[in-house]
Amino acid sequence: MLREEELKTFVDGTTRYFEVAAQQPASIGSPYMLEGEPAMHDYTGMINVSGKREGVVYFTAPRAMLTVLLMKMQESDFSHESMRDLVGEVANTISGNARRDFGHDFVISVPSVFSGEKPQVSQPAGARAFVIPIHWRSHSAKLVVSLT
Amino acid sequence: MDTAQDTGARRTVKLLIVDDSNIVRRRIERSQQFDDLQVVGTAANGLEALELARRTDPDLVTMDLTMPQMDGIECITQLVQMKPEVRILVISALADKATAVEAMERGANGFLNKPFTDRQLNEAIAELMY
Repeated sequence: MLREEELKTFVDGTTRYFEVAAQQPASIGSPYMLEGEPAMHDYTGMINVSGKREGVVYFTAPRAMLTVLLMKMQESDFSHESMRDLVGEVANTISGNARRDFGHDFVISVPSVFSGEKPQVSQPAGARAFVIPIHWRSHSAKLVVSLT
Repeated sequence: MDTAQDTGARRTVKLLIVDDSNIVRRRIERSQQFDDLQVVGTAANGLEALELARRTDPDLVTMDLTMPQMDGIECITQLVQMKPEVRILVISALADKATAVEAMERGANGFLNKPFTDRQLNEAIAELMY
């Protein structure tokens, strides 16, 4: 079962992503346990985790935040496809970085991306889900970590 | 006849960029700062990369690992069999040491973790170019 101290890996990964990719740190709020279904933003990038641990990691963000993030990355393509690409890449990067602490047996999938439609999040038995709030510039997003 | 080596001039290094993210592919292409580096193609998965490598004969490849259809580790293995002299820089989010070791054992020459700065990218490319 995901322990609260293990969340630090994902908090650090999120912090690193915004510092390096967006060149502007994000403010990370206190993680809290997810009860019920979380509110999804416009775009969600989801990684399935298998191997030593099971579950999902997903990053969900509003279009306005992703647009600014793309601008900070010197991108000029703000299309729907770019938004989908970006949320998938954020989820992939933070999940992949988690292998630094979780090890090689923390197997991650390629990202599944949702926009508009509500994703089906299957929580394996014994998984605990935490929400890591992300505040960047005037925008808010979430990283949700649900792992055994 | 002068060769590039005789005159001290550097020949153009052909670069193939492999990543399933369009944003990352464009970022690498935009951020590399070498006059003697020519991007000859970009691919979104290992299968596309092998096909492009056959057609473009790259000297250097930047290679993501987590990709659909054919992942980077399998692509590195086949690419090295096809073109043993190719230099491969893995650019991946997978941050555990075992993954880096496996990539190097299959034939990669360098490893850069995502997310990366422009400076880190250019230093990693320079190490494999010169």
